[in-house]
Amino acid sequence: MKKNSSVVVDLLLLLLAITVLATPAFSDLVLSKVERRIDVTSQIARVTKTLKVVNSGSESVSEFTLTFPKFLSNNLAYLSVSHSEGKGKAKRSLANLSVKEAHPKGMPDLISFYSVSLPKPLSKGDTLTLEVVAAFTNVLQPFPEKITQRDIHLVMLQESAQYLSPYVVESQSLSIKLPNARIESYTKLENSKVQGSEIKYGPYKNLAQYSYAPIVVHFESKAAFAVAERLVREIEVSHWGNVQVTEHYNLVHRGAQLKGEFSRLEYQDRPNPQGVSAFRHLLARLPPRAHSIYYRDDIGNISTSQMQSDSKKTELLIEPRFPLFGGWKTFFTIGYGLPLSDFLFASEGKRFLDISFGSPMIDLVTEKLIVQVVLPEGSKDISVTTPFAVKQSHEIKYSHLDIAGRPVVVLEKNNVVPDHNQKIQVYYKFSNINLLSEPLMLITGFFVLFIPCIIYTRADFSISKSSAAYLAKLQWDEVHWNLVSSTNTCNLLIV
Amino acid sequence: MAAVESLPPGTPSAMRNAFGTVLSALILVLIGVLAFSIRLFSVIKYESVIHEFDPYFNYRVTQFLSKNGIYEFWNWFDDRTWYPLGRVIGGTVYPGLTLTAGTIWWVLNAINIPLSVETVCVFTAPVFSAFASWATYLLTKEVKGSGAGLAAAALLAMVPSYISRSVAGSYDNEAVAIFALIFTFYLYIKTLNTGSLFYATLNAIAYFYMVCSWGGYTFIINLIPMHVLLCIVTGRYSPRLYIAYAPLVVLGTLLAALVPVVGFNAVLTSEHFASFLVFIIIHVVALVYYIKGILTPKMFKVAVTLVVSIGLVVCLIVVAVLVALVASSPTGGWSGRSLSLLDPTYASKYIPIIASVSEHQPPTWPSYFMDINVLAFLVPAGIIACFSPLSDASSFVVLYIVMSVYFSGVMVRLMLVLAPAACIMSGIALSQAFDVFTGSIKYQLSSKSKDDAEDNTSTNNAQKDESSSGKTDKGEEVSKERSSKKGKKKEREPAEKPSVKSKIVKKKALVLPLEASIVALLLLIMLGAFYVIHCVWAAAEAYSAPSIVLTSQSHDGLHVFDDFRESYAWLSHNTDVDDKVASWWDYGYQTTAMANRTVIVDNNTWNNTHIATVGTAMSSPEKAAWEIFNSLDVKYVLVVFGGVIGYPSDDINKFLWMVRIGGGEFPHIKEADYLRDGQYRIDSEATPTMLNCLMYKLCYYRFVETDGKGYDRVRRTEIGKKHFKLTHFEEVFTSHHWMVRIYKLKPQKNRIRGRVKKLKQKTSSGVSSKSVKKNPWM
Repeated sequence: MKKNSSVVVDLLLLLLAITVLATPAFSDLVLSKVERRIDVTSQIARVTKTLKVVNSGSESVSEFTLTFPKFLSNNLAYLSVSHSEGKGKAKRSLANLSVKEAHPKGMPDLISFYSVSLPKPLSKGDTLTLEVVAAFTNVLQPFPEKITQRDIHLVMLQESAQYLSPYVVESQSLSIKLPNARIESYTKLENSKVQGSEIKYGPYKNLAQYSYAPIVVHFESKAAFAVAERLVREIEVSHWGNVQVTEHYNLVHRGAQLKGEFSRLEYQDRPNPQGVSAFRHLLARLPPRAHSIYYRDDIGNISTSQMQSDSKKTELLIEPRFPLFGGWKTFFTIGYGLPLSDFLFASEGKRFLDISFGSPMIDLVTEKLIVQVVLPEGSKDISVTTPFAVKQSHEIKYSHLDIAGRPVVVLEKNNVVPDHNQKIQVYYKFSNINLLSEPLMLITGFFVLFIPCIIYTRADFSISKSSAAYLAKLQWDEVHWNLVSSTNTCNLLIV
Repeated sequence: MAAVESLPPGTPSAMRNAFGTVLSALILVLIGVLAFSIRLFSVIKYESVIHEFDPYFNYRVTQFLSKNGIYEFWNWFDDRTWYPLGRVIGGTVYPGLTLTAGTIWWVLNAINIPLSVETVCVFTAPVFSAFASWATYLLTKEVKGSGAGLAAAALLAMVPSYISRSVAGSYDNEAVAIFALIFTFYLYIKTLNTGSLFYATLNAIAYFYMVCSWGGYTFIINLIPMHVLLCIVTGRYSPRLYIAYAPLVVLGTLLAALVPVVGFNAVLTSEHFASFLVFIIIHVVALVYYIKGILTPKMFKVAVTLVVSIGLVVCLIVVAVLVALVASSPTGGWSGRSLSLLDPTYASKYIPIIASVSEHQPPTWPSYFMDINVLAFLVPAGIIACFSPLSDASSFVVLYIVMSVYFSGVMVRLMLVLAPAACIMSGIALSQAFDVFTGSIKYQLSSKSKDDAEDNTSTNNAQKDESSSGKTDKGEEVSKERSSKKGKKKEREPAEKPSVKSKIVKKKALVLPLEASIVALLLLIMLGAFYVIHCVWAAAEAYSAPSIVLTSQSHDGLHVFDDFRESYAWLSHNTDVDDKVASWWDYGYQTTAMANRTVIVDNNTWNNTHIATVGTAMSSPEKAAWEIFNSLDVKYVLVVFGGVIGYPSDDINKFLWMVRIGGGEFPHIKEADYLRDGQYRIDSEATPTMLNCLMYKLCYYRFVETDGKGYDRVRRTEIGKKHFKLTHFEEVFTSHHWMVRIYKLKPQKNRIRGRVKKLKQKTSSGVSSKSVKKNPWM
């Protein structure tokens, strides 16, 4: 147990040494104030930074560099930088800035660089406030890695108390928001204190470039470490008025693994149930007016789900077949229909589907997300716009009575967090005439089926007109007529 | 006749005829819809899911078929069951059902209707019950006309006995087999009535489909020869009978031998011998009739005496050889299930594994009422109707009902064969009764309105008689004709005469008083209504439960017990793909299909020793059980326990069967050790062997901690041994209501010293236990 953490600390020291040695001047920017807030109440570490950037040099600067230690940036799922102009109360609306990964020369591998292009060059003496939101997955390491059912779930976060930056930082502070006040241990530095469920570091003044002070926080987490190893979302557009969404989840609990027995007795024990590390349910926030919701897996319907809906949202509380302990896996499918009019719009002769990209589950990390948008048969000129980079490909799907097949846009992205739940737009052209093709096909099909039947019953197909069977048939027909007519006559007589 | 010829098509009578055809077509469609939709209660009340045990196996086979194709299917060696033996699925399974569903699935997908295999499997049974009711219509129509046909079809569409085997999700062989059975019978009767080789060939093909579908085909291949024999004995031999029978035996046997699971059994086992015997007899009879035709009566008599004396000798020799052959095979050439048909006590005496299945037990009287309801009262009336007049076809259905009543009395499962017969009989009875009553009413009304002309009434009466019971007269005519003219004439011909004849006969008996007719009609309708109510109730309440999901109605709404699937899902996602799971054989099919894990034994009880091994392990103390399971490479043990919620068909209640079957192979397991004074109990009076066996321990592990006393709600008693620990097993999963508990075998302790000691023990004990038959896996 100790060995593990000491390796980590060694690594951090190494990192520190390297970074302190290599200090080339990036530019003359100075961060006059840095506020960092790390939210670890869920399994995702969400880092929000407010950076006040001042240009102290003489030249105007149009690029700003963000740095993360490599072990964090490997798990970086989401990064967005926005800026706010003006000061104090007169803050204006935030606008997202473009961020791209940079590889400046002569820099150690243990730091990742991201270059942010500023909205307009920052001239001498100007200030700019940047808001950075970053979400990391897998940075909360369960520790110990294996626990029994009775143990509480402890996780560990590694960070730096000081902001790692290629710029000089004049003043900075860090606050870590924990899920509850139960803290196993944390690295005590100067100016560090615990306030309830928050740990605060700083403020630290006038730190040099690449300052780094590793900290480790070890705390209890009751959050659901639900990770979808693979999630396939199929969004099928039907111009008869429905958008059908089907989501296949391969879910795993990525927290500390369960060791030893699983005892239902202890799990169900009231008043003090054991097994808090397991999660029982997940909450899905579906769009409003979602209907025909189902929840099942390979072997049938799963009856443990509840739904609440109002005009703003539909909330689906789903419970897997069994409680998920650390390391346990499950698979399920949820599906729902959405009214077409809420998601399909027209612009400039094209239609576009405006629908959210990620999973509707709250606090779910998706390792591999595949979104398949199935457009109606006969759609043309398909294009997709997404707010972030995804891998795109096209497929054909054959569904109900298709002939040409339906075009499918396949979008793939790894490491998806709820912050990615933004709208994507799929543009395509579709003519309403195509809607009628399938009903017409059915009508033709039945027509073609019945015509031979009619011909068969009317026509005489016997080969030999003198065979015994044929004569017998004729006789039978005669007898039949006889019978019918006699019935008739007698009925006439009666009436 | 003249009147008929003068009637051009398009006259009111032609219109009536067309209208009648359309109406009966419409009624048939509605009957099909009824048959389909009454079976959907399970989907509506529960969900679209495969039911029970065997259907899961069929579902899994269908999945394999749809994924890998037909050739892979024939060669499929399933290594996920009967570990380590495996099972050749392609050669041991009746492929009809899976091929049918697989074909339906394939066709639907080929025209881009993407239904899942599961959906197709779930709805196969309802679709085929619609087919079965149409086949019943055809069969009964051949026997007694379309009125009876419609009535029989309507009755069959909702007969509870058939519903119990064909609700949506009940994806079992019987689902398609009953259709195949009725359809084969229909084609046989059709051939018998027409003498057409075309229908005879179709009949052989239908028989082939039946052989593919269900082991119950032996019923056909015994019933039809019986009927042929009956016809011959009663002097009803005709070339039509020959055409109906001979091609069926030849083609049918050849085709049946193509089905891998039957193969040479089609000519080797005694279930098929009756058909061959009758095949010989019918040829002899045909020859005799032929010779009789070409010889003078005197010469014929001489020939008969000659042939009979020689023939008797030959027959005796043949019979002796046959008896010797049959007797030399271990079970006398009869399989256990068939033997228990003839001797109902056979199975319970000799084969515990057959006796342990509840559907192999004889039915109780209430189950007749439950399964065929009012049909039981209508059947005798139908039989009487079949005797007036007796034709080839009606004698067949009479024989059918008699035989099926006998077989249903032997085995609950065969109620299913009785149901169509009962429906046909009741359909005939109802139809005839309605004919008589409505005819009487019509007659009485008309006679009241026209009281002037006496003569008119009499002709009227006669003609009406003819129309209402026209079929009867005609049939009677047929039988008379046949006896006189050796049945050479076509059956339908004589109907031209009845108007003349019936005028002479004047069946006054068929005219009943108006009031009596009306009351009788109302009573009949009430009877029918009761039947419908009962059927709907049976379909909705009694037979729709999928048995993998249980529900209970409590004061705070519906409570669902989905424990089986919970644990199967757990096994499927949280154990290694090649792990072996041991459980009692009931859960084998479900485990392989739902959890996709290898099992030791399953519901296909082909290897008694293997099942006995698992039974022995379950009845052994922990250590011995661990050794048996470990030798079988088992990693998880699954037990079903109902003591917490009161689920009665759990492993503790089945446990005595495990002991019996285990003890049958391994004599160190003795049933008496588990019984206290002949009573099976698990409370403090239970024997120490019982309280220490693995099954008891796995079921009741930490059970006492739930309520402090350990009160078992199924056995309604406190358990005997309350606090104990497991040393060789550990609990890895227990479902929400404790219905399924899964244990993992603990790995062997890694102690050198202990091992040496154990080895020493083994060598010493190995010598001593040589004399006792021990478990081969140990």
